[in-house]
Amino acid sequence: MIVDITQLQPGEKGMVVDIQGGWGLIRKLDALGIRRGVKIMKISSQFLRGPVIIQVGGTQVAIGFGMAKRIIVDKI
Amino acid sequence: MGNPNVGKSAIFSRLTGVHVITSNYPGTTIEYTKGYIKLRDEKAEIIDVPGVYSLSALSKAEEIALRMFEDGDVIINIVDSTNLERNLNLTLQLLKKKKPIVVVLNFWDETKHRGVNIDVKELENFLGVPVVPTCGITGEGIKELVDRLDEAKEGSIFYETDEDRWSIIGRIVGKVQRLTHRHHTFLDRLGEFSVKPLTGIPISIIVIYLTFKIIRFIGETLIGYIFEPLFDKLWLPVVSKISEILLPYKFLHEILIGTLIDGKIDFGLSFGILTTGLFVPVAMVLPYVFAFYLVLSFLEDSGYLPRLAVLFDRVMHLVGLHGVSIIPMLLGLGCNVPGALATRIMENRRERFISAILLAISVPCMAQIAMIVGLVGRYGSSALFYVFGILFLIWLVLGIILNKILKGEAPEIFVEIPPYRIPYFVSLFKKVWMRVKWFLNEAVPFVLLGVFIINILYTFRIIDFVGKFTEPIVTKLFGLPSEAVSALMIGFLRKDVAVGMLAPLNLNLKQLIIASVILAIYFPCAATFAVLIKELGIKDMLEATFIMIITAFFVGGVLNLLL
Repeated sequence: MIVDITQLQPGEKGMVVDIQGGWGLIRKLDALGIRRGVKIMKISSQFLRGPVIIQVGGTQVAIGFGMAKRIIVDKI
Repeated sequence: MGNPNVGKSAIFSRLTGVHVITSNYPGTTIEYTKGYIKLRDEKAEIIDVPGVYSLSALSKAEEIALRMFEDGDVIINIVDSTNLERNLNLTLQLLKKKKPIVVVLNFWDETKHRGVNIDVKELENFLGVPVVPTCGITGEGIKELVDRLDEAKEGSIFYETDEDRWSIIGRIVGKVQRLTHRHHTFLDRLGEFSVKPLTGIPISIIVIYLTFKIIRFIGETLIGYIFEPLFDKLWLPVVSKISEILLPYKFLHEILIGTLIDGKIDFGLSFGILTTGLFVPVAMVLPYVFAFYLVLSFLEDSGYLPRLAVLFDRVMHLVGLHGVSIIPMLLGLGCNVPGALATRIMENRRERFISAILLAISVPCMAQIAMIVGLVGRYGSSALFYVFGILFLIWLVLGIILNKILKGEAPEIFVEIPPYRIPYFVSLFKKVWMRVKWFLNEAVPFVLLGVFIINILYTFRIIDFVGKFTEPIVTKLFGLPSEAVSALMIGFLRKDVAVGMLAPLNLNLKQLIIASVILAIYFPCAATFAVLIKELGIKDMLEATFIMIITAFFVGGVLNLLL
């Protein structure tokens, strides 16, 4: 199922299939290892459209809600 | 060089003996530090560079790092060995630039209990440069690193596109790293609980509450049981003797000892350099500064602050910032100067402007807080609650207004959440000691200077003169006695002395609250002001100053009407 990472529940995993943004956003995410074809796991989300935390490789990253909306994954 | 939060500063300290502040969150180092090391009788300069994830400059700190890279002869690339894949991303970009490199696998001690196995020899073969495992905190592996520094060479790996790079990294990691399954540790669980809202928000409230409790407990204990007795039992007889000797020389007595209260020296009220001038920074402020930095350093090293940033992200968006800006605010509670410097971790100018103004206006430093606690605290906790509650309200309202007025909007949070680490006490105490020493070096001379200036101003009746001019504002608008202007004048120099100057004025509670708040907001102290000019530029700082003055007049007037 294709969803963005704000729609995942904590503990759910997905494979990144698309990043809907310009070169700047892709670069920024890429630097922390978030790119197409990478597996991620949702750790938590906050109330009121707060940041989302995901685990990618050995790293946990907090991502603002709007940015998280643009990271599209295929739910595993 | 290396990714943020991989322990570059700890390795740097080990190599050079130069102590720099290290913490457990990305972006601790915002400026480069230089140190020297002896290599076979030759002196080599080593530079500690802010962390970067890649070689494209996204923030001010990253720009600095890039410039330093261009100047370096040999690059020591620090890698977090528990996080090899992501760290090699930068390593490969560095290797492509064709400079001699040594790769350091830091946090080597953590790999064992994280179930990470790395074949160092194999990694060396792939990269074509020396690879040294270390533990920066304990110093393990540092000697080998020094020995192998002159083996540094250009790497043997090349790639064309970004995709190329990642596939090479994938191949390397697949070959050299073996992961064994491991169970979740207690710290992992705690990590998850503290970022899930249902458990994280209560945890954050407990942490903040305990922080204040512990600071106040340590501060009060130190003052009550150590510093006040020391001053009363040991120092008082000495200065009393000096006072007797100096009595015939009125001017000197006034400056060194100050006014005698009922024929005796009163450390809080006399206002001489040797009495109040020493008592304020050492016996009233230092204990709180120490307590604050002890607790803050613990929070920094544990890795809690980035989690706090996530929980507070929504609140910070109200004032046009994102969660990470809570870090400069917290640092500012210790002293506004490091707080102002830390605004660099923010991405754009708008954010830096807002956070600098909020910091300068409504975040009182520990020196000032300690004095307010000492002075206003006599009327009970609710009086203190008033002062700090008002300051928080100013912070919030001013932030919301700035967010509405200034063009643009807050960028989104994007920050690595490091694993929890149990602080290593030797380095924790070293850090606290560095900060306390810094306070003593910076603050004490200025406090003494402040007390000296006050006495000169009084002796030559300059305060009376200025008091006449400012009377309409100070008396009518703020409802304070005209002598309070002396505190406002000294507040430009040091806020703690300024608050101390309110003590002899016999203010009532309302006046104390107003005076404390105005002293906090009307202008940053000289040191902070100088740093802000450097960080923001003159033009932005002029705007900021204008906002400060308006705010002080408005808030002072409103409080006088309402309280």
